[in-house]
Amino acid sequence: MINLTINNVPVCVKEGSTILEAARSIGIKIPTLCHMKELSELGACRVCVVEVKGMRSLVAACEYPVYEGMQVYTTTQRVLNARKITLELILSDHRKDCLSCERNTNCELQKLAYKYGCDANKFAGETRNFVYDDSTDYLVRDNSKCILCRRCIAVCKKAQGVGVIGANERGFKTHVACAFDMKLVNTPCVGCGQCITVCPTGALKEKEEIVRVQEALANPDKYVVVGTAPSVRAALGENFDQPLGTNVQGKINTALRYLGFKKVFDVNCTADFTIMEEANELIERLQGNGKLPMFTSCCPGWVSHAEKNYPELLPNLSTCKSPQQMFGALVKGLFAKKNGIDPHDIFVVSVMPCTAKKHEKKRTITDGMPDIDAVLTTRELARLIQENGILLNELPDGETDSPFGEYTGAGIIFGATGGVMEAALRTAASVLEPNAPYTKLEFDEVRGLDGVKEAVYRIAGKDIKIAVVNGLKNVKAVCDKVKAGESDYRFIEVMTCPGGCVMGGGQPIKATFVKHKNEVAQKRASVLYKADKAMYNRRSHKNGSVLDAYANCLGAPCGKEAHRLLHTSYSAKPAYVKES
Amino acid sequence: MKGSNLPFQGTVEQERQLRDKLAELKPQGGALMPALQYAQELYGYLPYEVQKIIAEELNVTLSDVYGVATFYSQFSLFPKGKYQIGICLGTACYVNGSGEIYDKLRNILGIESGECTLDRMFSLDATRCVGCCGMAPVMTVNGDVYGKVKADDVEGILSKYSAKESKNNG
Amino acid sequence: MDEKTLRKIKERLGSDIAARQAHLAKQNARFERQVLVCGGSGCSSGNSKKIYDEFAREIKEKSLIGKVNLVMTGCFGLCALGPVVIIYPEGSFYANVKLEHVEEIVDGHLVGGKPVKQLLYKETVNENGEITPLADTDFYRKQSRLALRNCGVIDPENIEEYIARDGYFALLKALNMPRGKIIEEVSDSGLRGRGGAGFLTGRKWKFTYDAQSDVKYVACNADEGDPGAFMDRSVLEGDPHVVLEAMSIAAYAVGANHGFIYVRAEYPVAVHRLQVAIKQSREVGLLGKNILNKNFDFDIEIRLGAGAFVCGEETALMTSIEGKRGEPRPRPPFPAVKGLRGKPTLLNNVETYANIPQIILNGSKWFSSVGTEKSKGTKVFALGGKIHNTGLVEVPMGTSLREIVYEIGGGIPQGKAFKAAQTGGPSGGCIPAELIDTEIDYESLQSIGSMMGSGGLIVMDEDNCMVDIAKFFLEFTVDESCGKCTPCRVGTKRLYEMLCKITDGKATLEDLDKMEELCHYIQDNSLCGLGQSAPNPVLSTLKYYRKEYEAHIVDKVCPAGVCKSLIRYEIDPDKCIGCNLCARNCSANAIRGTVKKPHVIDPEACIKCGICETVCRFKAIKKVGGKK
Repeated sequence: MINLTINNVPVCVKEGSTILEAARSIGIKIPTLCHMKELSELGACRVCVVEVKGMRSLVAACEYPVYEGMQVYTTTQRVLNARKITLELILSDHRKDCLSCERNTNCELQKLAYKYGCDANKFAGETRNFVYDDSTDYLVRDNSKCILCRRCIAVCKKAQGVGVIGANERGFKTHVACAFDMKLVNTPCVGCGQCITVCPTGALKEKEEIVRVQEALANPDKYVVVGTAPSVRAALGENFDQPLGTNVQGKINTALRYLGFKKVFDVNCTADFTIMEEANELIERLQGNGKLPMFTSCCPGWVSHAEKNYPELLPNLSTCKSPQQMFGALVKGLFAKKNGIDPHDIFVVSVMPCTAKKHEKKRTITDGMPDIDAVLTTRELARLIQENGILLNELPDGETDSPFGEYTGAGIIFGATGGVMEAALRTAASVLEPNAPYTKLEFDEVRGLDGVKEAVYRIAGKDIKIAVVNGLKNVKAVCDKVKAGESDYRFIEVMTCPGGCVMGGGQPIKATFVKHKNEVAQKRASVLYKADKAMYNRRSHKNGSVLDAYANCLGAPCGKEAHRLLHTSYSAKPAYVKES
Repeated sequence: MKGSNLPFQGTVEQERQLRDKLAELKPQGGALMPALQYAQELYGYLPYEVQKIIAEELNVTLSDVYGVATFYSQFSLFPKGKYQIGICLGTACYVNGSGEIYDKLRNILGIESGECTLDRMFSLDATRCVGCCGMAPVMTVNGDVYGKVKADDVEGILSKYSAKESKNNG
Repeated sequence: MDEKTLRKIKERLGSDIAARQAHLAKQNARFERQVLVCGGSGCSSGNSKKIYDEFAREIKEKSLIGKVNLVMTGCFGLCALGPVVIIYPEGSFYANVKLEHVEEIVDGHLVGGKPVKQLLYKETVNENGEITPLADTDFYRKQSRLALRNCGVIDPENIEEYIARDGYFALLKALNMPRGKIIEEVSDSGLRGRGGAGFLTGRKWKFTYDAQSDVKYVACNADEGDPGAFMDRSVLEGDPHVVLEAMSIAAYAVGANHGFIYVRAEYPVAVHRLQVAIKQSREVGLLGKNILNKNFDFDIEIRLGAGAFVCGEETALMTSIEGKRGEPRPRPPFPAVKGLRGKPTLLNNVETYANIPQIILNGSKWFSSVGTEKSKGTKVFALGGKIHNTGLVEVPMGTSLREIVYEIGGGIPQGKAFKAAQTGGPSGGCIPAELIDTEIDYESLQSIGSMMGSGGLIVMDEDNCMVDIAKFFLEFTVDESCGKCTPCRVGTKRLYEMLCKITDGKATLEDLDKMEELCHYIQDNSLCGLGQSAPNPVLSTLKYYRKEYEAHIVDKVCPAGVCKSLIRYEIDPDKCIGCNLCARNCSANAIRGTVKKPHVIDPEACIKCGICETVCRFKAIKKVGGKK
């Protein structure tokens, strides 16, 4: 242990701690802009500088290790002046359209600039040539607001193992972009949006679809329906000052109705459909029809990653559409027919914790219609609610509509890493052992935040080895093993985002210094597990609406009609496409 | 997309040499810089196709390769022509119409500063003052200095070099 | 290779090499005469290779083979007089040699036995027409060559000549010493890093020695990037083996078996000579396994830089060797603990290494007897700018700036006044005329706001504008900043913009305060040494030449007449005869007037190129707005 003082207060921390950590341990917060624990410890922004007795210059608290007898001062005039000038220099090369910026009031730079009383124009001068990239369906990069903290680079490369962005050129011309400043759409970007969630400013944001949704809602000829993904309820409250880990699904339902959606469904329900198909597909494959191991396919980031990097593994991907795409197909296929609505008049909106879903919506087209018409992220829904003057916290809880509003606990837990696996195992076990007094519902081994989780379950007299991967960088080792034929896994769940969908790129942004990422992930996931536990039906095949749909329209799971509506196919795609 | 838009003219033989070299470099740590240096020597510049091969063989991202290639001033994304044209945009030349000459060159050659023509005959660089203000406006071709150039002279100057080429070929 | 062989080689060649020093020239060499052609970069660009070939041809043609020993050496130092040829035993110093002189020298001197006086450097011929020793010239007299002891003496591509000058005997001695003793010797010598900040070399070695690790590295920083500095290049070109030997000693002392030399790709000659030296050393077993039968393995790899000044910073250099963008990383951890590939790494620059073998051979006391209290030994400077003897000089620490400029450097050309000397390149500062008696060492330079840096020493006269100089260095830093941390990436850019505002005559005194504040901020907050020292050129000029800044700001005048926005050209109507020559040469068509009548310059159209002043035969055109 190391003893030091911070602002004359004695501190004792373990060796190797940084000044930042030592200060935090006694309740002193040192501001940072580039720091992200374990992912990005650059000391680049210099906002965290502090004075250390005996040192000639100021040091960056985020990376400077403590030593015995160190005397640190975090708020001397010298320190405060330095931070102020650093912020003013950053502001001199930052487009300051704060009033209408996406991140207004939730911008780390803005908050600090206010706190340090910065004169934003003090060092006005030349600004960089900015990259503006809105080439994808899901993300906009506006480098005029980029402050070169490089958090996005770190998360893309180190957490996700994708690495499509980096620092290009040097000196004042340094900028974050893809190789050759290519458009993101032509790179192996998977659309996870993790970069957005770590961006301290408004340089990165999702491609907005709010206006399209509002137009559809205002169009009397359109029958607009909506469904929210499991993770949305676990996080939306954060944008309305609710504590982390608050379930706001009831209020969301009411708000969506206020907004004018004709039907408020729940993607949890179609998650149950996904499990019906996927569990049965797994069983078929286990019985020798199809390649093993089977990978889940509900995460669009993973699907895109596989198509660009692992063409040889595409036959291993479950052919099931994701719950989102099934949702659209079922609404336009089953619901329209039953209610005598022309499916072309239906406009299906999904609310997702995910940016990649915006890209996925165009993936599957059934009967000439895209399954999904618009995708809103959790953040966009929050904004839509706010724009419409709806006071979410004061709303009464509302119910979802039939038929796709009914769901089981299995559908809910899709949002946490391991949830799809757990839901599938619940159903597969029941199908394979219909007569066994099988009571196992909670598969603890697949829960939690480890990057790769493994377990072996004995089902119908056979050992089935499974793996659960979250954080795309962890997928490489698993895929390499499968490719080499060295894996004895039977079923593998892959979620692109570390922690699963609750930590998706479309979720509310919590400044990285507010809470440790894992804590956020745990709190959000706990909402889902709690809701699951409270459900009477916790197995997908117990969902009444699901059973009804199979009995009356779809036939058997994985049957012909189910295949037509609920399954898809994959094709290899080039990682990079050269621009002309 | 940054970088040269000229069609890539690398040969199979060059690619084989590059891949062999990369295989040799890979086991040593820090192979990227020597790899880029070798590739630039081999191809004269570092186009997309070459950086892709390097990324692939060294098992690093294209973004990493490009980040390094644009950090060091020695590396170039553009090939040089057989005849390298410099047009001085220093103050003295500029007020004497070197801007017009520059426009004319860009028009005739169809390239911007730093680029190279399709046939790789000419590359164009707008330069800072070359120190011949008395002869402004000045353009240079492979070290030959042309002073007091008028926009109308440009075609004639270029054709001298083109003619030299067709003579060599004919 | 073993001790016996080393000694044999020394015995065989020793007297030849000894005879290449003027005061030892009477020694018995195996040759009647030895012709040394400078192969340094300065002389090379003056075609010294062709001169060498011409000598070789002539020597063959005139059947002098066996009698005359022709050697291409490293830099002699007096680059201003290049290409340079020295012939022993007379020690005749031929300056500015041209190809057509070779035959004359061969016939007259080598065949005829009489030096060709009219081609000799005039300072080596006294008023009586007698040849005086080169060592007695102003340029060499005050120098003491330690790091450069072999430069210009031996053939850098011949390992035997290096051995004959005690080469690799220091390694032999070190391999027989306990490791701790070697480090003690280096520590006691007081040697400090010659690359910049002047950290105690022995301490660095000790830290690396103390670090626990299975693998350690030694590295040599040969990424000399300061504009105007070429000390390290000259050592590498003139004496590459000294670096290899020193690195071997260092590696043995700290427990490393692998070394890297990071050298600028812009130094092709240095790279080539290093490659040759490494190859020769490997061939004779001075690199590789079981060196000198002492059970010590060591080898060296060359890594080329690719044009980034920041890679001279130690952590950036290592990041670059790892094949990444050469961005510095925070310290601690220091390289001695966690360096290349995360392993303890000892990094010294070329000149630092060049001192090591002599320290080992002669002992720390011998070394520390030279220099000042805290700065021991000698320092090599690259003299440049407004000075007669541009070139490379090595002087004891504590030599005064006056001695360097006026005695060794021969003073300022055209009788102009000394205004300042800039040391330390973009990280350093200016020493004003009133401090010309400063005895140069690490402390004294730092105390006056400059720094030793790697040793560039640029002399400026009254025609240099100090604001313009500061701007020049800042432009360099802005170009070379790695772009990682805010203070350097944005701060230096803003600093440069402020300087432009001043030289454009658009700044206010308030801007000056803001600029000063920004300077101190950048020093205090940047991540690495490049950023922290970037404001030095501004701060030091501001300290000593504040009036000059104020003149730009308040009076809108550039006293030195350099800043274009603040000067104008005028025609004196009394002197102008209306010859029209200026108007015809004016590239901006800014001069009007009828023939035989005084002309006038239109200040709006004038672009201040100064051509008119140059072409006027009647001195009628003057730059004004300068000195009032």
